[in-house]
Amino acid sequence: MSTAQISLSRIRKVFSMGDVQVEALGGISLTICSGEFVAIMGSSGSGKSTLMNILGCLDTPTSGSYHFEGVQVEDLNRKQLADLRNTKIGFVFQGFNLLPRTTALENVELPLLYDRHRKNSDPRKSSIAALERVGLGNRLNHEPSQLSGGQQQRVAIARALVTQPSLIFADEPTGNLDSHTTLEVLDLFQKLNRAGLTLIMVTHEPEVAQYASRLVQLRDGQLLKDEAVCTPRDAATDLAENYCRGAA
Amino acid sequence: MRFRKLVLVALKSIARNKMRSLLTMLGIIIGVGSVITMVALGEGSQKDIEDNVASLGTNLLMVRPGSINSGGVRGGAGTRPSLSMNDVNRLEKNATLLHWVSAEIRANSQVIAGNNNWNTTVTGVAPEYLAIRNYQIASGSFFTDRECKTRAKVAILGKTVADELFPDQDPIGARLRIRNVPFKIIGVLAEKGQSSMGNDQDDIILAPDTTVLFRLSDGKFVNDISASAVSAEQMDAAKAELTALLRSEHHLAADVENDFLVRDQTEIIEIATSVTGTLTMLLSSVAGVSLLVGGIGIMNIMLVSVTERTREIGIRLAIGARPSDILAQFLIEAAILSLIGGLIGILSGLSAAWGIGLLLGVSAVINPTVVSITVLFTGAVGVFFGFYPARKAANLNPIDALRYE
Repeated sequence: MSTAQISLSRIRKVFSMGDVQVEALGGISLTICSGEFVAIMGSSGSGKSTLMNILGCLDTPTSGSYHFEGVQVEDLNRKQLADLRNTKIGFVFQGFNLLPRTTALENVELPLLYDRHRKNSDPRKSSIAALERVGLGNRLNHEPSQLSGGQQQRVAIARALVTQPSLIFADEPTGNLDSHTTLEVLDLFQKLNRAGLTLIMVTHEPEVAQYASRLVQLRDGQLLKDEAVCTPRDAATDLAENYCRGAA
Repeated sequence: MRFRKLVLVALKSIARNKMRSLLTMLGIIIGVGSVITMVALGEGSQKDIEDNVASLGTNLLMVRPGSINSGGVRGGAGTRPSLSMNDVNRLEKNATLLHWVSAEIRANSQVIAGNNNWNTTVTGVAPEYLAIRNYQIASGSFFTDRECKTRAKVAILGKTVADELFPDQDPIGARLRIRNVPFKIIGVLAEKGQSSMGNDQDDIILAPDTTVLFRLSDGKFVNDISASAVSAEQMDAAKAELTALLRSEHHLAADVENDFLVRDQTEIIEIATSVTGTLTMLLSSVAGVSLLVGGIGIMNIMLVSVTERTREIGIRLAIGARPSDILAQFLIEAAILSLIGGLIGILSGLSAAWGIGLLLGVSAVINPTVVSITVLFTGAVGVFFGFYPARKAANLNPIDALRYE
């Protein structure tokens, strides 16, 4: 755990719906260091999605300050936010959010299309490498409809990895998966995290959160709990056990 | 590189909804197709009119003698023999804006060749007459200045005269008699048909001007003078110069009326251009309306497409597409849609013009300028009508777009 990669201070987010003002986040302060695997938990309406959007630079806070690797995020315009998302952040969504009728390879290539800074790299080669990293080297030309849910989520993870971001946000990444593929995805996350990637995962399932190294709990827009998980579960071990049980 | 990628993305998305893309393009296809068809046929008929006018002569100026006015009774045009070979020589020597000048001395007479005879007009002209009146030699040759100087008894026959006097026979080298003067036939004119005034331009015999003047006519007066201005733009200037030269040759005081008339084809050309001008206006308004309708069709479908692909836009924005990237993507898609429609429209328009032209006997003229302007214009229509939907897409909030079902 080294330097602070993300630091939030007194972040507030207020949505106005007509005359009614709804406070989704009421002054959150949080610091996340590079190399952490953080699970953000909370029931629906707790503000975890709003927090996620702000952390992911998809939305800007009403007040408070947000530093991402030393950059003052609330000062950035839409264009700069887009570039920040493109180069520093990878996203994994609950619904996979792959482009339909587009091959896995082309889906993974997509972020590189919008990359204006790395002109010399070979997008095709990096995309194939990213897909091989998530174990889909033999599914390059399959379209999402030809892939299982777990495979689709791994394509989405490859797409998040291809720009070599320093941070990956996962919003309910296992929400649409069965328990076995959930473990597979979590195993992949743990491996990536051990390789040095910061991971922030939003989930409402306590058993999924057990695989993270730090647990942040939200309720009604306030921080309820922020603690280290002493002994995170190891997804690889659980997978192996699952196989044994399946065999037995 | 990036642009090529964007074009590829656009082509893919157009190919994904082939039927819909085709229906979207239909407005543009019909618009461009009808424009191309009508312009091709319009230009074709304009060319037909111009050819018809040109068959009268190239930038033709005609001088006729004035009328007699004796004791208040005025004769008709040409009743006063006021033109002579001196006028012709003066014009040839001093006119700068006239390309060719030729006298016309006409002698109406019965022409006899062997057992056949025919009443026609023998016209004495200079060798330049051929160029002034756009006649072509079909066989044999025309006479030259030398034959004019020597009052040679040679004649050129029009097609009608040749057919009447020498049926099934080559008239070249044959002889005929005009008012008992024997002439040798040295050439036959190519067929020219009726003039727009309705007279047969092939019922004619041409002979050297001096021959007709001194052997068939009174040796003094010239019926008409035909001249050709150097260019269509210089017609008015040439007319003024010709008038001034003839007035000085005739020693007319400043307050005396012209004793001759000068006529040109301005009227005919004006009518032709006004007709084609109206036609062009009509065509452009039809073009404008149909392309407008086609463009609205494209805007409509692009709006549907943006709504339908809200999620895709959300994904692209989330993974780092700038709003300008999304704008460019949809603009290029609209422009390509419109351009493909335009190209199909041009192809179908050209084949339709060709077919209709064949059917109605009108020539269809393919104007590369019109075709390329149409291509540019359809591209512009796509960009113009694609802009609103594209901007709508680019301004989407990534969070809302991602959540869109």
